[in-house]
Amino acid sequence: MDLRIDALTHCYGATEVLSNINLEIPTGRITCVVGPSGCGKSTLLRFIGGLERPTSGQVLQLGAPPSDSLNPFTFVFQDFALLPWRTVADNVSLVLEDHKLAKDARARIIADVLARTKLSDFANALPKNLSGGMKQRVAIARALAVRPAVWLMDEPLSALDAQTRELLMDDLVSLWLRTPFTAVYVTHNLAEATRLGHRIVVLSRRPGAVRRVIDIDVPLEARKAGDPTLAGIEQELWHLMRDEAQAADQELVHD
Amino acid sequence: MTNPVPYRGGGFRPKRIRGVGLGVFISLLLIAEWGTRAGWIGNLTLPLPSDVVLTLIELATSGLLWTHLSLSLGRLFVGAFLGAGAGVLIGIAIGLSSYTRSGLVPLVAALFPIPKIALLPLFVIWFGIDETSKYALIAFGTFTPTVVATYGAVDNVDRTLVQMGQSFGLSRLSIIRKIVLPGAMPGILSGLRISLAIAIILLTAAEMIGAEYGIGAYILQAGALYDLERLFAGVTILSILGVTLSFVLGRIEARVLRWRV
Ligand SMILES: Nc1ncnc2c1ncn2[C@@H]1O[C@H](COP(=O)(O)OP(=O)(O)O)[C@@H](O)[C@H]1O
Ligand SMILES: [Mg+2]
Repeated sequence: MDLRIDALTHCYGATEVLSNINLEIPTGRITCVVGPSGCGKSTLLRFIGGLERPTSGQVLQLGAPPSDSLNPFTFVFQDFALLPWRTVADNVSLVLEDHKLAKDARARIIADVLARTKLSDFANALPKNLSGGMKQRVAIARALAVRPAVWLMDEPLSALDAQTRELLMDDLVSLWLRTPFTAVYVTHNLAEATRLGHRIVVLSRRPGAVRRVIDIDVPLEARKAGDPTLAGIEQELWHLMRDEAQAADQELVHD
Repeated sequence: MTNPVPYRGGGFRPKRIRGVGLGVFISLLLIAEWGTRAGWIGNLTLPLPSDVVLTLIELATSGLLWTHLSLSLGRLFVGAFLGAGAGVLIGIAIGLSSYTRSGLVPLVAALFPIPKIALLPLFVIWFGIDETSKYALIAFGTFTPTVVATYGAVDNVDRTLVQMGQSFGLSRLSIIRKIVLPGAMPGILSGLRISLAIAIILLTAAEMIGAEYGIGAYILQAGALYDLERLFAGVTILSILGVTLSFVLGRIEARVLRWRV
């Protein structure tokens, strides 16, 4: 199921946040969205996930999501959004409880996704006892449990330290290599974008408009640190972003 | 010159030291005992603490204590259960729906500052002099603080968690039951603490009008006869009641809110 964003514009009150966005999101690939902070990346993701309605334009699904998907559009949030009063296993269980599943089927799914995210030993731990990286793995396990057609990831690694971020990026790559999934991955970290993105969409400062779409042909498994193609792309992205970021920064001062 | 860097941190973080509270309590009692025995506290000011204890023991052995206590506790629990229960439900409705919020918040704001004791005569006219008016007073008194605490607590529930629930397609009922309610629980429980203290005040007041038995009635009768031992015995029972309820609530809080850091 591909997605098409069609002439999407959005205003909060008098402030235009997104301006005429047209975008194709191909199945089975990771589309990274980068842009200066406040340019409307999270807002765009909420439209794709159906949590908010744009002022004009629309997000179209081309075809139907796979029938075994319990929740076609599934978010992974920057701040993890785990229920602190539920254990790891119960946090995963939460998103299955509203679906008609036999008890043992649910238990099987939970055990499976916890194993895939290397969390089996922590099934009964509370979120307060987990590190940031583990919390985000719980959120990823929770998303895996509903078999998403499209992953909507809003700066999923931004709250983590650099080492944890590297490890989780490797985890995401190996998850994708096992079963390629469709994802819209919002980030302001260019290294993340070049490491994970098949397609990178650069947004301008507010009101966010598409400035450039870059496709990277290097397969995910072949992306090594120091790869000259990737470094070149990162450099190009940085040039695009720097002016926007500077201008956005000045705007905040004058606001 | 080599000196250690002067220390200027610390403080501002009171810790609990075991036994000090009990010590203060016992010293005050001993001073009162000494003062009343020695005569520099007049016998119309304070009764002998030991006499109060004797009165309490007598009350317990005669079985009258249980009559008073069971009636009072019954009134307290029925009233507080009705009031707090309705308060939590309405508080959640105010916290979640624009219409209930717009409609009821001004009403609650108007009811909140009324000293509920002032309504006792009205409730006696409406519900009669017997139990119903006492339940009504306690229920009404616990209702308003519970509503205010509950909707404040619901307002403070992390909206990203609610959005997470929506993004996974959870039903409205599931979101309320599994995300909003547990998230609001800390605030609701601390509101319940205030409500219970108010309930005890109102219980005593209600029992001072038109009750034969109950701690409030017992205190009123003792006061009318200027029987200081019995008056203080009654007050002691109320104090113990309050401390016990607060302790029980503390245990419930610790259990229910184990997930907090
Ligand atoms: N619910 C909202 N109401 C009003 N303004 C909003 C709302 N959400 C976001 N905004 C504004 O829209 C702009 C884009 O926000 P956001 O999508 O969060 O940016 P990004 O994720 O790219 O940093 C910001 O200026 C923000 O202040
Ligand atoms: Mg954002």
